[in-house]
Amino acid sequence: MDGAMDGAMDDGAVLRLVGVTKRFGPLVANDSVSFTLNKGEVIALLGENGAGKTTLMNILFGHYLADEGHVEAFGHRLPPGEPRAALAAGIGMVHQHFTLADSMSVLENIALGTQSLWSLRFDRRRALARITTLSRDFGLEVHPNAQVSDLSVGERQRVEILKALYRDARVLILDEPTAVLTPLETEALFRTLKKLVAKGLSILFISHKLNEVLAVSDRVLVLRSGKIAGERATSATNRSELAALMVGDTVTEPTVTDHAPGETVIELVGIRTTGRVGGAPLDTIDLTLREGEITGLAGVSGNGQAALAALLAGTLRPDSGTIRIRGEEMGEWTARTALAHRIGRIPEDRHTIGMIGDMNVIENAISESYRSPRFSHRGLLDWKGAEDFARAIIRDYDVKCPSPRAPVRLLSGGNMQKLILGRAFDGAPHVILASQPTRGLDVGAVAYVHAKLLEARNRGAAILLISEDLDEVLALSDRILVISKGRLSPPSARGALTVREIGERMAGHGFQEEGGIHAA
Amino acid sequence: MRLEPKPAPGLVSALLYPAGAILATLVIASVLVLIAGASPFTVFGLVAKGAAGSRFALLETLTRATPLIFTGLAVAVAFHAKLWNIGAEAQLYIGGVVTAVLGTGALPLPGPLLVPLIALCAMVAGALLLLGPAVLKTRFGVDEVVTTLLLNFIVLLFVSLLLEGPLKDPMGMGWPQSAALVGEARLPRLIHGKRLHLGFVIALVAALAVWVILRKTALGYEMRAVGNNIQAARFAGIPVNRVLMKTALLSGGLAALAGFSEVAGLKGNLSLDLSPGFGYTGIVVAMLALLHPLGVVVSAIFVAGIFVGADAMSRAAGVPSYIAQVMVATALLTMVTAIMLTRYRIRWR
Repeated sequence: MDGAMDGAMDDGAVLRLVGVTKRFGPLVANDSVSFTLNKGEVIALLGENGAGKTTLMNILFGHYLADEGHVEAFGHRLPPGEPRAALAAGIGMVHQHFTLADSMSVLENIALGTQSLWSLRFDRRRALARITTLSRDFGLEVHPNAQVSDLSVGERQRVEILKALYRDARVLILDEPTAVLTPLETEALFRTLKKLVAKGLSILFISHKLNEVLAVSDRVLVLRSGKIAGERATSATNRSELAALMVGDTVTEPTVTDHAPGETVIELVGIRTTGRVGGAPLDTIDLTLREGEITGLAGVSGNGQAALAALLAGTLRPDSGTIRIRGEEMGEWTARTALAHRIGRIPEDRHTIGMIGDMNVIENAISESYRSPRFSHRGLLDWKGAEDFARAIIRDYDVKCPSPRAPVRLLSGGNMQKLILGRAFDGAPHVILASQPTRGLDVGAVAYVHAKLLEARNRGAAILLISEDLDEVLALSDRILVISKGRLSPPSARGALTVREIGERMAGHGFQEEGGIHAA
Repeated sequence: MRLEPKPAPGLVSALLYPAGAILATLVIASVLVLIAGASPFTVFGLVAKGAAGSRFALLETLTRATPLIFTGLAVAVAFHAKLWNIGAEAQLYIGGVVTAVLGTGALPLPGPLLVPLIALCAMVAGALLLLGPAVLKTRFGVDEVVTTLLLNFIVLLFVSLLLEGPLKDPMGMGWPQSAALVGEARLPRLIHGKRLHLGFVIALVAALAVWVILRKTALGYEMRAVGNNIQAARFAGIPVNRVLMKTALLSGGLAALAGFSEVAGLKGNLSLDLSPGFGYTGIVVAMLALLHPLGVVVSAIFVAGIFVGADAMSRAAGVPSYIAQVMVATALLTMVTAIMLTRYRIRWR
């Protein structure tokens, strides 16, 4: 490993971006971005979703071609559009979504692609020795012969980092590495990063989380609307300054006024589910949602949130257990039953589940109600009525779109989400399922979604807010539950738990051994 | 070389790309014509003349287009819901079988009753034939491309069995063909002494009906939603499986009408050469029309014209009429490329 450092230039600069500009049609994703990463340094690239961080990384790594500007590694210009050249130059990337082959072992994954396809021999012992040394040196514990599909998310990330180190990476790019980690795993990752830097590696750490950026970096670059909005030494800045740089304005947090919840609207009793949704299945959960109350669900991604969301949306039937709405036990349980009982649904993935990209705004607006007498008479659709409805949503929810007849794939994420809100909130739903409602939205749209959720709560809707963003859960929820491995923790009133306590529950501590804990 | 997404195409480029596709087709076909030792201008001129140069040629083109409109509509309907029906050929033959069985004197009814009844029964048979693959797809996830494609061969062998056995015309001199349809069961000719028959009008009505279904009804909306994004459709509460079943019934029924119309309108009996691949050509027709039901009429006439015209050209210019197949296939490829270019931009390096 030590030999890997020899090639580094002495002037300290290992990576340099010069005037990188990238346009997608009229959108400028990166606008002449320049910076230098020095040897042994951690730079945090901070920015909101949509600020251009991921585009920049893709250019750096050769996945995208820059329209202008170039990238230099160790004093040499990288040929644009060639990931292999970036790899050869010692740039390693750990993607937000892992790129591992599930059915192969850790060792095979790491060695994959480092061997010539023509070589018949694979020196397994040497590879094993190297991986063992690397993982010991940097605190990246993982069993080389384990199959990747058996690993936890944190372990998979370690494999990704090992993969980069195995290829003699001297610059490590981490794209939102903590998004999938528990607070404890995050701490372990930060320890590893410190060791890497001590050995002379340089790290580019991409994040939108202020606390992490402050904890791990030497220098912070703030990216806003594709431009570098500011550069600060980490020791000389603070949360509020960075937040202001990120947003370009001061942001008003939503204010939640306490009020007593009303009657129980929906009750889940002893619900178990199996498979097909991704993530953990639900393991005997009880959950009660009450009028005028936001119940926040915190948890690490993949612990059963998807199953719970699909269950409430009506697209997943429980294997056992009971769903009761205002005391009435549900027999058949489908998306239509859920809609008929006035459950408004904001799905986790607006592009693939919430909207039909190639259909227009009108057609998407009526997708949950086209069968109602409002829009269809004897099987014929009333397109005039549908258009009026779509225009009403566009007006009331301030959806920016070229026309109601434009395909929704042309809408920005924020405007798509507003359209979904308009559709879900139509007819004042009694229950609202908000699954990752602000993921990928800019700050303005986030504030809008939060305001609408609070408005619905104040008029008496029972809301389940599922979010991987702990800050969001803490800011909006009247009470908080934690989900881990498909089980729910008991609910706690807002402010009753510290972030650390919630973090421990997210990691699976504080749950009863069998059967889960039943929410009161 | 890489592809990058592009904003929505304007009207001009939406028209320009297909025009470019046709032009590219002609250029590519020219190369083959030159290799065959003829002048492209002469050959294309002869094709055009053979397809539409006279009243006879035009009527012949429309006659040939009739089954293609039905199979094209069948494919368009199915593809809208992303139900990949490659089995229009089989459904066409089943429609022909039903027509031959019911139309050879089994039902003593007057024409105005008998013809619609036969058409209906043919549709039901074709619909049921596609229902099987649709059930297998929705219940067990069996790929309908495979099942519908293989059914083509099964049905063709089945028809061959019928024509060598129970349906064989005793007066047919040993040829594998059914007895002739009774007069009441036949579709009237549109013009006395010409081959164009009522089936063409039925095909136009069917195209209009499919357009109404797709654009104006809840079912059509459901089909398009399922086809565009099945997950989102399911989330919105659209009964995806039921929609796929209905789509299969409609598509199979339309393809069977092609067989009905050919037997009752043109041939007058069932034989193994009922279709020179109308079911497969229907896929090309539907794709060229970008799955638009009214566009199917236009593209069916276009494709039929190339085939009819190439036959005439072949006699006159000595270039093999297979050039028609090449042109139709090339038109499909250039069209698909054109569609891609309306949505993506190619960047070289």
